[in-house]
Amino acid sequence: MFTNPTFMAIQVLNSLSLAMNLFIIASALTLIFGVLRIVNFAHGAFYMIGAYVLYSVVGSFGETDLGFWTGVIAAGVVMAAVAYVVERFLLSRLYDKEHLLQLLFTFALVLIIKDAVKMIWGSLQYSVSYPPMMSGAVNLGITYYPTYLLFLCILGPLVAIGLWLGLEKTRWGRILRAARLDREMLGALGTDVTKVFSAVFVIGAAMAAIGGALAAPRVAVDPGMDALVIIDCFIIVIIGGIGSLWGSFVGALILGFLTVFGTLIFREWEIVLVYVMMIGVLLVRPWGLFGQPEAERH
Amino acid sequence: MLEVSGATKSFGGFVAVSNVNLSVAEGETHAVIGPNGAGKTTLFNLVSGLLTPDSGSVVFRGKPLKKMQPHEIVKIGMARSFQRVNIFPRKSVFDNVQVALIASRGLNFNPFRQASGLFRDETIALLDLVEMADDADRRAGELAHGRQKQLELAVALAADPKLLLLDEPTAGMSLGETRAAIKLINDIVSKRGLTLLFTEHDMNVVFEIASRISVLHHGEIIASGEPQAVRDNDEVKRIYLGKE
Amino acid sequence: MATRGQTIFLILLFVALALVPLAGERYPLELAVQLMIFGLFAMSLNVLIGHVGSISFGHAAFFAIGGYACAYFQTRLGWPIFVSMPAAIGLTAVCALIIGYFCVRLTELYFAILTLAFSMLVWAVAFKWTEVTGGGDGFVGITAPDFMSNPVLFFWFTFAIVAVSVGLLWLLSNSTMGKTFIAIRENPTRADFLGVNVRRMRLIAFVIAGAFAGIAGALLSFYVRGMFPESAFWTQSGQVMIMVLLGGMHSFVGPILGAVVIYVLETFISQYTQYWPIVLGTILLLIVMFAPDGLIGMFRSIGRRMSMRGRRNA
Repeated sequence: MFTNPTFMAIQVLNSLSLAMNLFIIASALTLIFGVLRIVNFAHGAFYMIGAYVLYSVVGSFGETDLGFWTGVIAAGVVMAAVAYVVERFLLSRLYDKEHLLQLLFTFALVLIIKDAVKMIWGSLQYSVSYPPMMSGAVNLGITYYPTYLLFLCILGPLVAIGLWLGLEKTRWGRILRAARLDREMLGALGTDVTKVFSAVFVIGAAMAAIGGALAAPRVAVDPGMDALVIIDCFIIVIIGGIGSLWGSFVGALILGFLTVFGTLIFREWEIVLVYVMMIGVLLVRPWGLFGQPEAERH
Repeated sequence: MLEVSGATKSFGGFVAVSNVNLSVAEGETHAVIGPNGAGKTTLFNLVSGLLTPDSGSVVFRGKPLKKMQPHEIVKIGMARSFQRVNIFPRKSVFDNVQVALIASRGLNFNPFRQASGLFRDETIALLDLVEMADDADRRAGELAHGRQKQLELAVALAADPKLLLLDEPTAGMSLGETRAAIKLINDIVSKRGLTLLFTEHDMNVVFEIASRISVLHHGEIIASGEPQAVRDNDEVKRIYLGKE
Repeated sequence: MATRGQTIFLILLFVALALVPLAGERYPLELAVQLMIFGLFAMSLNVLIGHVGSISFGHAAFFAIGGYACAYFQTRLGWPIFVSMPAAIGLTAVCALIIGYFCVRLTELYFAILTLAFSMLVWAVAFKWTEVTGGGDGFVGITAPDFMSNPVLFFWFTFAIVAVSVGLLWLLSNSTMGKTFIAIRENPTRADFLGVNVRRMRLIAFVIAGAFAGIAGALLSFYVRGMFPESAFWTQSGQVMIMVLLGGMHSFVGPILGAVVIYVLETFISQYTQYWPIVLGTILLLIVMFAPDGLIGMFRSIGRRMSMRGRRNA
């Protein structure tokens, strides 16, 4: 089957669309980690909120293009608002506390959001269709491929380039990179650190929710969807190097291809393969492919 | 006892220590002096294994330290203090020294030996040595800065070193405290027959107790020798002592 | 680490537990058994978090390995319990040694994420290796010794093993090794310059913690007569971390206290609502925000305030 070019092309595209969808979510996780030094377990829950918001908006608008794209934007906006409140009134008080407390804080969010989702939307499994404008398939010469998934393949690199330009070319980007290197220096530069942190958390959460909304037509929308995506994101971030944008891009590609081709070759053992790969990377580079060793601080 | 040859260390583009040769003989009281930012602390970090030199070597008691971790270097007879006090601030003064003794006797691998009251006499003796026995039950972090420095000295001594590295042992102390601390260090070093390598900003103190002095400037050793020779060195006079 | 007050609490707790069979009812017995198992699990995690200061977010892996190994040895290999349980604990310790070897190379958050990843590897294996673990349906129907079908005897079996384990952990916490662990938690750089091989000590703590988690897991497999992949899932690691934090991580008895409170609350609240997780999440949020030293920390500060008032009145 691996000699059939059509089959292979489809598998490569499947890998890419999965990888790029995950990248949008994982890059936000790595951004939050890089700047705030927080392992955000609630990232998967944010992703889930996005998917549910999209489902509700599509439900009230009907399955139209307008409904779908409004839903994607609404997912980002709703999540940004929730994240702003959470950051402003709770998380911001924990920045100078132990890592353990920050970590458990995000774990508390997971528990609360999961139950809140169950309360609001119930425990049923929902599905969302592709937006009508992308419901067809595109003729790529070698094969037809669903338009929506192709859109995800293209969107991923665009998001990556957008984030990269934002980090490299803007004043805000410079502040973020400084924050990643040295928090005290940032304070000394006169920048309002708390605003930077707040913005990063809100943007990161909104990206997770948009990623969830975009994933909704690909996956089943149910209250368990957060638990596995967060692990995928962690794997991507670990392989790529925590805090590295391009690391998470490469990590997402590796995970995407491993998942799709691993399933073909190893059947259900694919998931184990992913972890073995991750451990292999860590053996050679304990801080991931693009990660920097922890600075010697004394 | 300690032989540093051609040691170089840079951070990014900044060369902190450049081609440094330094030799400390047994029984010496060796001071490294130089203006702030001259590379003294980096040199100490290279010697004690906290940093690895980019090039060059450090040999201590005949053993090259290239691949050795700080804890391994401690085990072959080197202990140090830090410019910024480095102790266990939330633990009692007694516990600070006791755990140092536990580590130096290799008892850190014993999960059954109960620690309560262990090495009481030795701990108190070490605290006596730095005149802190009365503070044994106080939290280390509550002590005045100078006392914390003294406690760190006791903690370092608990490792039973042959070579003691003290990075600015009197930093942040008042003039009177500095005098007392230096007298104490000098007494301990001679009583225990230790070799001492230290940095110090107070030149009076340096010339009072050092048997050899090395002058570090912009990461390079520009002079090294007996105090009188260093004092008379023209280059040292020009770029360092002249400014005092 | 263990003060006199804590030692008294521990003795009272075990005396109270020993009285449970007198009630002659099944339900309190079951609750007490669960309490002891999860109390031990939480205490084992505290060797890492509280003693040596390493935040492991994958501790459930060893809980699951101990449970699965014990179930497998008992049921598939037909080993007697006095062989299968020690073997299961030994296997867990070996797994902890291998996993820990990689994890202790990193510190702080990197360590937390790596332990999480390894626990998910264990979860994935438990989920997929159907021939050995029963896969997603779990390992159902473990062959247990006859005496375990008697709830009172099973209670005493658990009681004995947990009491001995807690006793050993108590010895560890007050030992020279325990003091060295705390030194590493307080200041790893200084510990290094005392001549302590910090990485190796962290690995030792990791193995000890893993082994005791394995004991708890083996007990659980007997208690529920099976083992399920969820026991290795990251949410299980989070659950036990909450117990540690709620009780107070810098104290010896904190974790077991946390387990008691959470179990009693869960049992009580689940009678009224299916939404126990949101209650737990809110409790966790409140502790993190307002009482980071846990219940033990609250007791201590109340005690301090009362003694100050007492002195003022005298």
